[in-house]
Amino acid sequence: MQPTIPDVVQTIPLPYYIWFASALFVIGIVGVLTRRNAIIIFMSVEVMLNAVNLLLVAFSAYRSDPAGQVFVFFIMAVAAAEVSVGLAIIVMIYRNIQSIDIGLLNRLKG
Amino acid sequence: MLSIISLSLFGILNLFLGFLKSRRVLLPATLLFIALAFAANLLDWNHQYVYFRDMLRTNNLFINFSSIILLTTFLTVAISRSFGTDEEHTHPAEYYAIMLFSVVGALMMVGFENLIMLFIGLEILSVSLYVLTGSDKRSLRSNEAALKYFLMGSFATGIFLFGIALVYGATGSFNLSAIGSYVSGGPTTGISPLLYVGLLFILAGMLFKVSAAPFHFWTPDVYDGAPTLFTAFMSTVVKTAGFAALYRLLTVSFTGVYGLWWQVLTGVTVLTLLVGNITAVYQSSVKRMLAYSSVSHAGYLLIAVAAKTPQSPSAILFYSLAYSIATITGFAVLILVAEQKPIEGRPDERYEAFNGLAKRNPLLAFSLAVSMVSLAGIPLTAGFWGKFFVFSTAVDRGMTNMGMVLVVAVLMSVVGVYYYFRVIIASYLKTGDSEPIGIRPLYRFILVLTTALTIGLGLFPDVVRQLF
Repeated sequence: MQPTIPDVVQTIPLPYYIWFASALFVIGIVGVLTRRNAIIIFMSVEVMLNAVNLLLVAFSAYRSDPAGQVFVFFIMAVAAAEVSVGLAIIVMIYRNIQSIDIGLLNRLKG
Repeated sequence: MLSIISLSLFGILNLFLGFLKSRRVLLPATLLFIALAFAANLLDWNHQYVYFRDMLRTNNLFINFSSIILLTTFLTVAISRSFGTDEEHTHPAEYYAIMLFSVVGALMMVGFENLIMLFIGLEILSVSLYVLTGSDKRSLRSNEAALKYFLMGSFATGIFLFGIALVYGATGSFNLSAIGSYVSGGPTTGISPLLYVGLLFILAGMLFKVSAAPFHFWTPDVYDGAPTLFTAFMSTVVKTAGFAALYRLLTVSFTGVYGLWWQVLTGVTVLTLLVGNITAVYQSSVKRMLAYSSVSHAGYLLIAVAAKTPQSPSAILFYSLAYSIATITGFAVLILVAEQKPIEGRPDERYEAFNGLAKRNPLLAFSLAVSMVSLAGIPLTAGFWGKFFVFSTAVDRGMTNMGMVLVVAVLMSVVGVYYYFRVIIASYLKTGDSEPIGIRPLYRFILVLTTALTIGLGLFPDVVRQLF
């Protein structure tokens, strides 16, 4: 008999998922805080969101509760909407200053 | 609930109205839509409904909060006028529609019963605001503000979501009451440590959205760079919705671990009050001063959340109402005054621009003075009672717990008087241009209305407070 997907997920203990998702999340945070390129920062945010997705799927499989996976769909849909707005903003900036280095954005101070 | 549905439909309708040749119809139509949504919102008064299998819940608290949000949106839309006159805003219908959609998000944040709904409401609100912040496409300041807001906002969303995932891991549910019964029911094995970490992450995300220190660093830049109209919108609607959501989440789900989040919130409150008020003193631009002032008002509102007494919701409601009305008046006057003499093509938002305002237009100067006095919390204005109710929740909680916060809050209100009165002194005592400033009738009506409301609420706070 084919093993069900929760069974496959459960072949790895839950703490491993938590550690892995946390590691991905931290990588994302470090990326946001240290990189200067708007696209790379944006990419790091997506890594953070995917760490969340992974964690939700793991919890959902371990608890045999579909709500977590439904939430993942919502996160994906909203992240897609955010990408479209975010890239539009980045394109708008590129048209004005021919660069996407956030170090060049320093008009607002005080 | 009807208000959420009707606003979504009206937003789409508004986009279609954009195809019309005449732009004149847009502003009255949008105002009518908001008024209709406001009326639809009141239909549910004294009824309790639960929608979509425990996703949304409406009750009188929901109606109160959403009425404040709709009222501030109405006022903000009514003072919008530069749309359609210059190149940049050739599609005013879209801006109005985006504003309506963001209000839908705000209402969802007020009525959520499930963390999924909170997340979606927060994102509808935020994504719309990223667009509105960057709506002045050729201005580099607006671009920069939009990018900063977007990057920091999505970063905060990521942290917030990680918190939700951890709470889900601990409790196995996204439902507020289910989480609440897990937390206070005391599971046999003890509360999972994941829940504590998750709660802290959720708090960080929410505090970021309401711009409380130390998560406020984006606020001054974003508020300064965004077109002033949208700054007014952001600093009022987001704050009201954010605090409604924060209070609801913490009281319904996490009452059982009050000892934990109370400490975090009081620390954040003290820091927010100090940072917001003291930095505001050093600003040379009124717009930036108002941005820091909005940070400091987040601090006062946090006191009521941290106190968590039965009076807290009505204190938060009254404070948000007083703050929103006064802030909108302040920004409305700022828009008019700043555009009189642009410096290098952009509005002059320094304190000096207000010199001699009382002679140029007495109504503007008077409503500005009333709004600043209300923000400073001087008696006979709404702001005083807002602060009074908030402080009395802290007193109810007990001086041993909240005494330190109260001392800081009172001291910082005094600091607030200094920077708010700088504007009043500039407009009444200093001399500047003598060229009079003209106001359109609708604008004049809104200024008179908000000023009357501020003074009226200051004289008879019980009229509104009975409803809360």
